[in-house]
Amino acid sequence: MPLQTEPRLADPDALYEALMQAHRELDEARSRRLDARLVLLLANHIGDMDILREALALATQGDKP
Amino acid sequence: MTATHQNPRYAFRRPAALGSAMPEHARVVIAGAGVVGLTMALDLARRGVASVVVDEDDTVSFGSRAICWAKRTLEIYGRLGLGKRFLEKGVTWSRGRVFFQDQEAYGFDLLPEQGHEYPAFVNLQQYYAEEWLVQACEATGLVDLRWKTRLAGVQHNAHGALLHLTTPEGDYTLNADWLLACDGARSTVREALALPFLGQVFRDRFLIADVVMHADFPSERWFWFDPPFHPGQSVLLHKQPDDVWRIDFQLGWDADPAVEKQPERVVARVRAMLEGASGLAAPPFELEWVSVYTFRCRRLERFRHGRVIFAGDSAHQVSPFGARGGNGGVQDVDNLGWKLAAVLAGEAAESLLDSYDAERILAADENILNSTRSTDFITPKNGAAHAYRDAVLQLARGHGFARQMVNSGRLSRPATLHGSPLATPGGEGLPLGAPAPDAPVLVAGRADWLLRHIGADGRFTLLCFGAVPAEVPGGITSVLVTDDDRPGALWDHAGLVARRWQARPGDALLLRPDQHLAARLHAPEAAEIAAAHRRALGLI
Repeated sequence: MPLQTEPRLADPDALYEALMQAHRELDEARSRRLDARLVLLLANHIGDMDILREALALATQGDKP
Repeated sequence: MTATHQNPRYAFRRPAALGSAMPEHARVVIAGAGVVGLTMALDLARRGVASVVVDEDDTVSFGSRAICWAKRTLEIYGRLGLGKRFLEKGVTWSRGRVFFQDQEAYGFDLLPEQGHEYPAFVNLQQYYAEEWLVQACEATGLVDLRWKTRLAGVQHNAHGALLHLTTPEGDYTLNADWLLACDGARSTVREALALPFLGQVFRDRFLIADVVMHADFPSERWFWFDPPFHPGQSVLLHKQPDDVWRIDFQLGWDADPAVEKQPERVVARVRAMLEGASGLAAPPFELEWVSVYTFRCRRLERFRHGRVIFAGDSAHQVSPFGARGGNGGVQDVDNLGWKLAAVLAGEAAESLLDSYDAERILAADENILNSTRSTDFITPKNGAAHAYRDAVLQLARGHGFARQMVNSGRLSRPATLHGSPLATPGGEGLPLGAPAPDAPVLVAGRADWLLRHIGADGRFTLLCFGAVPAEVPGGITSVLVTDDDRPGALWDHAGLVARRWQARPGDALLLRPDQHLAARLHAPEAAEIAAAHRRALGLI
């Protein structure tokens, strides 16, 4: 199964808000660790290296000018 | 001299060739009398091959240096007759703990199952291993150890190499049919052949402190990331015999080695570590040996250059995390010894030695990959790497998946020689090229170990489950494994041989003299066995 990029969340605004909420009180270093923990937890949940590589490639592209 | 060990001094023996205008001749010359060179000489001697070993020094290593001897290395020393000494003198361990800041993140066991002659690791100072190797080499009568003999020049040619040797009593030349370069990371032979030694340098420094003290830390590997007693850096603690404890402090790239080696500074670091780790006042201790090092991961493009062959650190270098340097070097020797002996005996062509290149480069790359990954974890290169490293350590406390990502060193495991040109494709079970797994057996009612019966006679072994084929070609020792008590058989009373080898009745597994799996046959005809044997000798 390829990486799903079609909308899948019932309430995307709620996710966005939850992420902002989690980072709100954090300094740069703690924010980075939070994101890293989140990525690692989700990566393990997905558990499929092909999908993870695909996501990584897409995410890497996303910052190109 | 250190507090617990006095280095022996080996006598310089005046060689007959000194003062002669004609070069001396030797079939095999080994450059370097370190762990790898001495093991090479001993392995060859046990196969009946004489060698000359040259070394600039006249003693064993100063300081403990390599201390972690892995299971596979111990099995090789078992075959060479030294296994028992390692077990008796060394500190056996298989468990480790990883700490992050002020808490334990997790603990691990490298060999949770029973039924192996050797443990996951034995810690032992390198100088003991070298002393025993010197004694064992001398006892064979086939190893000509030439101390205080510096290799001043190497002229490589199609027939081997002409060596220029410098001794306290004068210089002489020696024609070697084969030159085995076991002369370490700063190999003279490698420089003489102008071979590039390329790889990655790590921008970090570490302090090794060996301290002598009575302490009751368990026989475990303890690793701290960012502990309160050494903030922002890592610390590693290992136990050695003689009440010697190895402590590695990560210092960072900006540390000044000369300053960091000052005894009062080291003592303060050690005291802080001991008090931080135990929560108690530090016991009295004495510094035994201190060293500051940086490291790199690199290798030669090829290990075989005609009749000059590189083994150990002269061929490949890794970071120390994972104990893959010395253990990798001993496995090089294990791979090379039987092949060179077969070539010298005329049983195989010189091209068999190309398989040493193929197999040990694969293993070296595996070691370099693992030790590079460990180093990247231990020394994060930027803010993101730091955040991920800490995130893994934070998650490890509560979640199994993250424990698997904690990388304080992926400890040395023997290489499976995937894609070996010497393996006969086909069959199923244990992967081709795998090192033989050990298991307990009973022989005529006595407890014994399977590995003692594989390769101890220097030959190929056909490990036969349930029945020995009617005809087994010459040059191969057949060993019968049975699930009941039969005369002349190894009784697999616990069923562990069949399980670990994934073997069925009728399987006949061909093992090379270095105990790596060469063919998986089933109820084979003699011709099939002979073909697999010829392939394993590089004749097909």
